Amino acid sequence: MDVVAEILERTAKDAEKFKPIHVKKHLELEYDVGSLLAVDINDLDAKLINKEKNDYIKNLTRDNIQLLINQIWQLPTERVDDAVVVKLPNAKTLLPRSLPVPKEKTLTKWESFAKEKGIRKSNKAKVHWDEELKEWIPEYGYKRAAAEREKDWVIEVPGNADPYEDQFAKKKQAKVERVAKNEFQRLRNIAKAKNIKIPKMGVVNPDMANSKDLVTAITVAKSSTASVGKFQSSLPKEKEARGVADITPGAKRKRKMPVVPSMQERSENLAIIDSVLNKKPKLDVTKALSKHLYKEQEMLHEEPSSKKPRAGKRGKKKGGNPVAAPKGGKKPKSGKGVHKASGNVGRKRR
Amino acid sequence: MKRLSEQRNKILFEKLAKYVGPNVKVLIERPDGNYCFREKKDRVYYLSEKLMKLSDTFTQQQLVCAGTCIGKFTKSNKFILQITALNYLAPYAQCKMWLKSSAEQQFLYGQHVTKGGMGRISENTEKYSGVVVYSMEDLPLGFGVASLSTAECKHADPMATVAFHQCDIGEYIRSEKDLL
Repeated sequence: MDVVAEILERTAKDAEKFKPIHVKKHLELEYDVGSLLAVDINDLDAKLINKEKNDYIKNLTRDNIQLLINQIWQLPTERVDDAVVVKLPNAKTLLPRSLPVPKEKTLTKWESFAKEKGIRKSNKAKVHWDEELKEWIPEYGYKRAAAEREKDWVIEVPGNADPYEDQFAKKKQAKVERVAKNEFQRLRNIAKAKNIKIPKMGVVNPDMANSKDLVTAITVAKSSTASVGKFQSSLPKEKEARGVADITPGAKRKRKMPVVPSMQERSENLAIIDSVLNKKPKLDVTKALSKHLYKEQEMLHEEPSSKKPRAGKRGKKKGGNPVAAPKGGKKPKSGKGVHKASGNVGRKRR
Repeated sequence: MKRLSEQRNKILFEKLAKYVGPNVKVLIERPDGNYCFREKKDRVYYLSEKLMKLSDTFTQQQLVCAGTCIGKFTKSNKFILQITALNYLAPYAQCKMWLKSSAEQQFLYGQHVTKGGMGRISENTEKYSGVVVYSMEDLPLGFGVASLSTAECKHADPMATVAFHQCDIGEYIRSEKDLL
């Protein structure tokens, strides 16, 4: 019995050395066990923190860590090689990244086209079997070049080709041009990705040109006469290339309308309005006809009721000229009235 | 927001003169200050000079628009009126057309006006002149172009078109996203 009591006493003494695992908190902590994070939302004790700052914070931290450890111990444990192991759940807290998100690479012209059309890249084998040479030949590299040289020791002249043309030189030239084109496209892709404006270089090779380039070529070519294209005729719906002022002789750059004081702008606008409103109307036959019809109709409506009084009124107004008074509502015709001589007779004097 | 070029100014005023005649001047010189036209992305805005000066403090990228959009220039440099111009042009309209209440809905759905649907027309309307279309309660409904003169209208077939539809207030709902 003594032994048992002794052991109990010893364990009690040992336990006194450690602080208790139960911590009392006013408000429960917020845990994110996945990222081993506990947030204490309780207020700090203002008195204690003034009195003994370090001890207070040390104790507080210990308590909070004890609570976090308690939480971890509630998870299912395993034993691996004499060690107790816990699998943490996924973290709830999102940590901000220190560096900015990397920008997406801009697609090259081919890549964007392939994406639009749904073309996927397929992995080719690096070597293929050549039946003629009975050999594995790589896709590229010096071995491929050597194999090609061995294979193409003779080239058939196509039926429609010039028999004296050097087919080997032609093939070499074609290869050089393909490489140059590829280089041009590579640089164009870089310029596009970095948003650099490539200066127009005039007229490009017709094999390479797109429709815009051709329009540029036409515009430039047209202005390349002695009279800077002044007398060149153009097709009915032909369009001029834009943005070619610096490579076209005699072309003026379009400028923005300058900023002017409001008074001036208004007077300019009013002048334009005046010119619009005072435009001499063209003789519009249909318009004239409709006007005439309208007048005639009005007359037809009015005639039966107001024929006599109108005639009488007019007669009075005119001051008693019985011959000049019109019979109906019609226009007076020439040669029916009395000629009013204005004093001198004879030649018309101006 | 930039000034309209002289050519565009002319096209704009010609179009406005079709609807309001000599009152175009009144649009610019108003009793509550001077107004002007500005252009952005081919759309034409009508705004007071005071507002224009304030809007000048913004860069092009920052400013979507200022004032009221009254229409836009097409790619072939023609000017097309937008329904938002109605409030400014209707009070000065030269030629007017009133619709019977039965024909109002037809017009507001974008159809032309037939002789049967026309209630009244101002007397001096000429062929192909711009008309402002009103309901019988004198509520402006939209713009049209007279396809017949007043005299011709009298003898026209009831199904004959008397005005071509240009725009109507139904567009506020029909093409809400396109209006600026």
